[in-house]
Amino acid sequence: MSMAQTQNHELSKSQAQWMYQKAVEIRKFENRVHDLFSEGRLPGFVHLYAGEEAVAVGVCAHLDENDSITSTHRGHGHCIAKGCELDGMMAELFGKATGLCKGKGGSMHIADVSKGMLGANGIVGGGFPLACGSALTAKIKQTGAVTVCFFGDGANNEGTFHEGINLAAIWQLPVVFVAENNGYAEATPFHYASSCTNIADRAAAYNIPSVIVNGKDMIAVYDAAKEAVERARRGEGPTLIECRTYRNYGHFEGDQQKYKAEEERRNHLNEQDAITMFRSYLLDANVMNESEMDNIDQQVEEAVEKAIMFAEQSPYPSEDDLYTDVYVSY
Amino acid sequence: MARQITFSEAVREAMQIAMRENPDVILMGEDIAGGADVDHLFEDEAWGGVMGVTKGLAKEFGRTRVLDTPISEAAYIGAAVAAGATALRPIAELMFNDFIGCCLDQVMNQGAKLRYMFGGKAQVPITIRTMHGAGYRSAAQHSQSLYAMFTHIPGIKVVVPATPYDAKGLLLASIEDNDPVIFFEDKTLYNMRGEVPEGKYTIPLGQADIKRAGNDITIVAIGKQVHTAMEAAEQLSRRGVEVEVVDPRSLSPLDEDTILDSVAKTSRLIVIDEANPRCSAATDISALVADKGFDLLDAPIKMITGPHTPVPFSPVLEDAYLPNSQKVIKVVSELIGDESILAV
Repeated sequence: MSMAQTQNHELSKSQAQWMYQKAVEIRKFENRVHDLFSEGRLPGFVHLYAGEEAVAVGVCAHLDENDSITSTHRGHGHCIAKGCELDGMMAELFGKATGLCKGKGGSMHIADVSKGMLGANGIVGGGFPLACGSALTAKIKQTGAVTVCFFGDGANNEGTFHEGINLAAIWQLPVVFVAENNGYAEATPFHYASSCTNIADRAAAYNIPSVIVNGKDMIAVYDAAKEAVERARRGEGPTLIECRTYRNYGHFEGDQQKYKAEEERRNHLNEQDAITMFRSYLLDANVMNESEMDNIDQQVEEAVEKAIMFAEQSPYPSEDDLYTDVYVSY
Repeated sequence: MARQITFSEAVREAMQIAMRENPDVILMGEDIAGGADVDHLFEDEAWGGVMGVTKGLAKEFGRTRVLDTPISEAAYIGAAVAAGATALRPIAELMFNDFIGCCLDQVMNQGAKLRYMFGGKAQVPITIRTMHGAGYRSAAQHSQSLYAMFTHIPGIKVVVPATPYDAKGLLLASIEDNDPVIFFEDKTLYNMRGEVPEGKYTIPLGQADIKRAGNDITIVAIGKQVHTAMEAAEQLSRRGVEVEVVDPRSLSPLDEDTILDSVAKTSRLIVIDEANPRCSAATDISALVADKGFDLLDAPIKMITGPHTPVPFSPVLEDAYLPNSQKVIKVVSELIGDESILAV
């Protein structure tokens, strides 16, 4: 386990553009979902990914459509980074027939298997065994595909964390375990709930490499993920990456976040904002200029509004759909 | 005479046929080969499953397709779920159904629900084989029959075979099914012999079998209790009472028509289920007939089940726990109001 340092290198322009666009898509999508929820226009409950964009994007930058990810209840960011369409995502959140899951999954179960997005998951720690299974398929069928298992700091105290990483390690499965340590499992601080100082420390118990990165730093995540994904692809087994990050919103929408200190929150929203930091990096490194990024901002804003319109204008499923996609014999 | 093999051999033969036919069929479980990575065994197996059901499969198909797992049910049952959702067709062995507590989330919330939650864009074609049943002197944590728990959960199919013939045909159908199937094998039936054709055949899930025809009373029995019903039926036949024994073979889907047709013929129903009585397969089948077949009945529905206790260890207690033919005959005598049939 080591604390990763950002390496001095340059991203290709097209890669940088993709990463910037995906990060902005996540931010704007989540900010609008926040608005829609506050306005009472969305059913159910939602867990927003805003603030953690650098993790999903920095990792998924190394994946293609044959690769898979398992996700969490905070899954919108993973979906977007793995290439899910905004229209279908938004429609799913509205419970519409045009949603990615025909309105049957909702925010917590949003998935697009054709894109290798094996589902957000309503169960904390639910993804570890699933990631092993997807990676087992890749290993047995020798597809060369990698599976990334995103999980939060809450999940690192679930039994499946131990079982899943152990299984991936003994079978040398092509999995990358990505901890999104945002400091709070629901309303409980990480240091209270976990006996370890770092999630990454636990990797030693499974004899797999691990690294801690600043999860707000897109490049740091990108570098760590590159190494881990390549290692998995070479058949050298799993890696655990702990990304230190922060969620801009509460655990769920409506959470008053009384457990967060005001100064901490301000600091994360301003000085340590992942997208602002990435913008600075791209400018300093002369990869993209202000107007190119502003253009992307503009396009994404329009795309998100279009997605909302698409979702609102889409039909609800018919009552008959209750009985499809499952055998019903009673 | 047609070929006779044991229940255990029938289960193994089904897996062997499926594995020969389809390279995507793999086996996962604890010590299903045994002795993984033990040098002196070379590629030989140490066990072939705790009851020897998977014996020989690692030798034939290799340890890449017959995977010994750690004692880590959540990990490997969950891995089977996603391996199924991605491209394989795994058969996972959960050694005893009592261990479901260690991996229930992966079955109930993941495997059972992915297809529906994802709007039909995923399938989970896995079979979980698991041992159940009392009578093996294995006490409270290794003797339960938990099929009702899974019958309650949509998205899972539940199969409980009673004979070697049914075991083979139903297991082959389960493996081919694109939904998760939990396949219950009664540990006390493994050595039971019966006629089983060679080669491949399937028995559709959701198709009950009339194990014995009769006009006087219908007994729906589950798993091993089919044999209790048959034993009672033979004795009752000598006393002039003809029992129809219906084996649902799968609880989900449930062949309602065959059950209701039989009750239409006999007007009386007993359900034998060795599991605990509350919220059970017995109550479920009784409710079905009370709801859809009330007019067919001439007498109250009776259930013969285990008591609402854990399965005890002491042989004396365990025998008392289980249904038997004497208990059945007693209930039949009450139902038809004829105590004379109790006389030997």
